[in-house]
Amino acid sequence: MKEIELIKRDCQYKILSLYKKANAGHIGSSLSCLDLLVYIFFKKFQDGDKVILSKGHAALALYVVLSKAGFFPESELETFYQDGTFLAAHPPCGNKLNGVIFGTGSLGHGLSLSTGLAFSNKFTKKKSNIYCIISEGDCNEGSTWEAALFAGQHKLSNLVVLMDNNGLQGFGESEGVINLNPIVEKWKSFNFDVSTAENGNDFKSIEQSFVLLNPNSEKPKIIIARTTKGSGVSFMENKMEWHYLPMSDEQYHIAINEIPA
Amino acid sequence: MRREFSKTIEKIAIEKQELIFLTGDLGFMALENIKEAIGERFVNAGVSEQNIVSMAAAMASEGLLPVCYSIAPFIVFRPAEQIRLDVCLHNLNVKIVGNGGGYGYGIMGATHHAIEDIAVLTSFQNMKCFIPISNEDVEGTINAMFQHVGPSYLRLGFGVLPEGVSLPEFRHTRKLYIGRDITVIGMGPVLLNIFKLVGKPNSTFTADVFVISEMPVPILSEEIKHSIKKTGHVLIIEEHVKRGGLGEHLASHILENNLQCTFNQLYAKGYPNGRYGSQSYHQSLNGLDANNIELAINQILHG
Repeated sequence: MKEIELIKRDCQYKILSLYKKANAGHIGSSLSCLDLLVYIFFKKFQDGDKVILSKGHAALALYVVLSKAGFFPESELETFYQDGTFLAAHPPCGNKLNGVIFGTGSLGHGLSLSTGLAFSNKFTKKKSNIYCIISEGDCNEGSTWEAALFAGQHKLSNLVVLMDNNGLQGFGESEGVINLNPIVEKWKSFNFDVSTAENGNDFKSIEQSFVLLNPNSEKPKIIIARTTKGSGVSFMENKMEWHYLPMSDEQYHIAINEIPA
Repeated sequence: MRREFSKTIEKIAIEKQELIFLTGDLGFMALENIKEAIGERFVNAGVSEQNIVSMAAAMASEGLLPVCYSIAPFIVFRPAEQIRLDVCLHNLNVKIVGNGGGYGYGIMGATHHAIEDIAVLTSFQNMKCFIPISNEDVEGTINAMFQHVGPSYLRLGFGVLPEGVSLPEFRHTRKLYIGRDITVIGMGPVLLNIFKLVGKPNSTFTADVFVISEMPVPILSEEIKHSIKKTGHVLIIEEHVKRGGLGEHLASHILENNLQCTFNQLYAKGYPNGRYGSQSYHQSLNGLDANNIELAINQILHG
């Protein structure tokens, strides 16, 4: 776990510095799902696997992890938010960046795309897995539940969904906007094998949640990861505004110093 | 056209083992032959057009050849964003098939009509729309659609080619009749109404008749240019709204080519009296039936 912790710290540092350089928001969203992305790419990912970030607004977390995992050169990160970049605020369409199979950013597409990939892999008898990271906002969209019904019906056991369940969405607390609870029972009723990571910003907890999945189940899988928006930066944690705000110089200084050396 | 469609798809699906047929829970008494012929490659994904289109994009990205089938408005408007983002912006080889283009579903009402589909889809990047004119044209049109690798839409309707009219092999623009007074250009089976007028013993005019079967039409064909120069009058006939329809597409070509002509359009106006009926009723109400076409042409030619 030590190595993966170091990877995470490096990614946190890059996320903060690149958002600062770009004077851009979505910092809290990227920090919320960073641990899930790091865990998938450095602990689970096998040749042929595919990852879809349905919550495309956390694109920078995906970019830094992909770069760290060798999908494209680190120098490419420096173009983030610049005119002429492939690294826009949301992942680009049209296979422009190695590791980004589909452009996302409009919520509710990722699970359908992942379900299509999982169906294709089953049909062509490929052994690989499809990982899909969704948000609570994704679960407000009807298309997400259309895909869930299909995945359950067709027993797409090669589909692994990770729900970044941080309790906040675009303009309020999720329970007050569209209450998804009981979320575990909901996914179970859609014929998913469900597991929970009590702390989705802790690798041991994420690992334990994978262990709790039934390896022999024919069902698609979902891990409900209880995460913290803005995880790792005290003044951002559980604050909706860090979905949007860029950092001031002072805030950046504080944030960077909170990342363990 | 459903019968011709299902026969052709069955043939193609047997040849192309990568073809996956996705239906939004439709096809009773129409698609059973495909289901029978291709087994597990026939997927009834339920009434879930958004999911169907995104899944199809993913399947195409994996080298499969997905065909998404439903009633035209359901498979175009509900998943319009999925078509725009997941299919078109990724330039993926997904075939969208809409049955009942225009007022094809008649008395079923506005929910089942598609009179804005071409406008929506031709505005998306990389999308090509294929529109057969008659039942006899379906196989050739589908074959052309499968030769095109990229986002495609097939607009099915219903129409029987009148006796004496011969249909050239599929091209985006085909000349169906030779005349001298006016250039009539149409899209889809509604154009067949012109053949109730031209070539009849008591007809008061003759017309060059062209059908456009691919939208956006890539270029103005030389034959159409010659015809417009000869007649000086253009009449567009389409079972589609004016905005973003055949007329507007052709108007820009005609302007770009500096062709001098009167430009006249018969098109779907929607539901002008709020009432519903058969496809013929809607055509008549919107000035697209033979009587109204004749009136329009006489007005253009004789004032």
